[in-house]
Amino acid sequence: MSATTVPPGYTAAPVLPEILPTPKERGRIMGFINRHPTIVVGGVLVALMVLIAILAPYLGTKDPTALAPAKRTRPPSELYWFGTDMLGRDVYSRVLYGARVSLTVGFSVACCAGIIGTTIGLVSGFTRRIDAIVMRAMDGLMSIPQILLAIALMALTRASVQNVIIAISITETPRVCRLVRGVVLSLREQPYVEAAIASGTRVPVIIWKHILPNTLAPLMVQATFICASAMITEATLSFIGAGTPPIIPSWGNIMAEGRALWQVKPYIVFFPAIFLSITVLAVNLLGDGLRDALDPRLAKRL
Amino acid sequence: MTPNRPLLEVKNLKKHFPIRGGLLGRTTAKVYAVDGVSFDIAKGETLSLVGESGCGKSTVGKALLRLYPVTDGEVYLDGQRIDNMAASKLRPMRQRMQVVFQDPFSSLNPRMRIVDILGEPLSNFGMAKNRADLRERVGLLMDKVRLPRDAIDRFPHEFSGGQRQRIGIARALAPGADLIICDEAVSALDVSVKAQIINLLVDLQDELGLALLFISHDLATVEHLTHRVAVMYLGKIVELTDRRTLFAKPHHPYTKALLSAVPVPDPTAPRNRVILTGDVPSPINPPSGCRFHTRCPLVHDRCRVEEPALRTVGEGHSSACHLTHAPGELAMAGSA
Repeated sequence: MSATTVPPGYTAAPVLPEILPTPKERGRIMGFINRHPTIVVGGVLVALMVLIAILAPYLGTKDPTALAPAKRTRPPSELYWFGTDMLGRDVYSRVLYGARVSLTVGFSVACCAGIIGTTIGLVSGFTRRIDAIVMRAMDGLMSIPQILLAIALMALTRASVQNVIIAISITETPRVCRLVRGVVLSLREQPYVEAAIASGTRVPVIIWKHILPNTLAPLMVQATFICASAMITEATLSFIGAGTPPIIPSWGNIMAEGRALWQVKPYIVFFPAIFLSITVLAVNLLGDGLRDALDPRLAKRL
Repeated sequence: MTPNRPLLEVKNLKKHFPIRGGLLGRTTAKVYAVDGVSFDIAKGETLSLVGESGCGKSTVGKALLRLYPVTDGEVYLDGQRIDNMAASKLRPMRQRMQVVFQDPFSSLNPRMRIVDILGEPLSNFGMAKNRADLRERVGLLMDKVRLPRDAIDRFPHEFSGGQRQRIGIARALAPGADLIICDEAVSALDVSVKAQIINLLVDLQDELGLALLFISHDLATVEHLTHRVAVMYLGKIVELTDRRTLFAKPHHPYTKALLSAVPVPDPTAPRNRVILTGDVPSPINPPSGCRFHTRCPLVHDRCRVEEPALRTVGEGHSSACHLTHAPGELAMAGSA
């Protein structure tokens, strides 16, 4: 650095760290937004929902389960942003805490079904002998209605978020499994896989290095759609009373409780419904954007 | 090991693909893709396997590499039988026999860097001590195929078709193979690049003493690099001879038809074209007798019933046809 002379009576200001991205980086970010607007919109909305769920206690909420019969069915106001329900609980707090259940269920199901389905699909696609048996078992699982399985599970055990996750995962796993198996079947015929076999690569290494990285793109897209559909299923189950126990606020059971007052106090149903729609839409947008970004050929055709 | 035996011996190789149907997936029919093929390749020799598409020539290559299980027959690599070898014992044998595929785009994993693609066979056979050694060896391979060493950290999509095919060849060279199976290795390339790759293969053969099994549908290409040629039709070898004899004195009517289809860059040259009619019959239900009788211009009654064996018609020249076109050759055939 060249020493600049400071006039007497002054001291040099400290060099401020550059916190804004450089023009080049800014250009790259803008370029990404222009090319993949759906990823950006979906990603931002999902991130927002995640933040809301995590920071729920600090966003001006009250205890979402505290009853206040004297203040029941208040319309939205400065004090109760989304109003209160028939037991006087603050709908705003309940909706924000409800995000936790929905997102937990969505992400857990996507992860569980994704990991289990991928493992079964990889093995099944690569070993012909067990393929037929495994796939018929998956067909059997697929034929079980999601809601009925969940209700049966709740009846056998007790209503809990964990059981909702298990029930939805069981029925979503075959979808992932089929997708992965299909990709594996087409990939194993690829010359580069045959070349790897010919050059003495062991099967686990082939699956890890050649097959798995190429299944990740369709897998991630499928996982986002599963996440969205799991959130809807969770809300459905909670709405009919077979999902999240009523003590834990979830968008589904807030709507279920508000249903009786739908015609007089529509906002009790309205707010959780809006949050659910936005979250599902955001996850789907993210999935759509990922699909287009990860499969450029498909994106050009559409 | 055994100095007198050829590097690769193939005896009566068969590969049938079952067609499954019905509820229980029973075999309802079979595709006789390769139906009794025998040949051998000496060290440092090039044998070309030519034929129309669908004649089973690529299946031969893949069966030799054990990418498919072999239905029947015997394959010996340097005296060791490999067609029924257990997978664990086969793995070290793979080091000696490598493959270059037709499509330079799908034969390289798009998500791997060149150093990892070429390093894969090296690390499979424990040929590199550490990462630095691996990079050095990959660099040497790049030198061998005349590609810049500093390109090893790039991805396949950053290369042209011809360069990718060079990378494919480098991968085949990586484990130090004695035999490289080139499955239509130059068919997807345009003419000038094709010539470069052929020259590279010939140079590498001289340099390293490689044996090549060159699978191709294009006789004009084969003419430039082969020592011997085997002509395949519908899963069988119909004629096997050295290059000069094949191009000068073909024996089998199918070979003659194939040769007459090779374009000659002189429109005024007198040509005696043998034009075949119809398509190759289905390998699911191959014709009785000689498999070529449905399209052969010289067909006679015997061809429809009796299948001609591959018999010697000259020095190092065998052909599977009932006809012999000169009395002298008839005598020679009788003595064989």
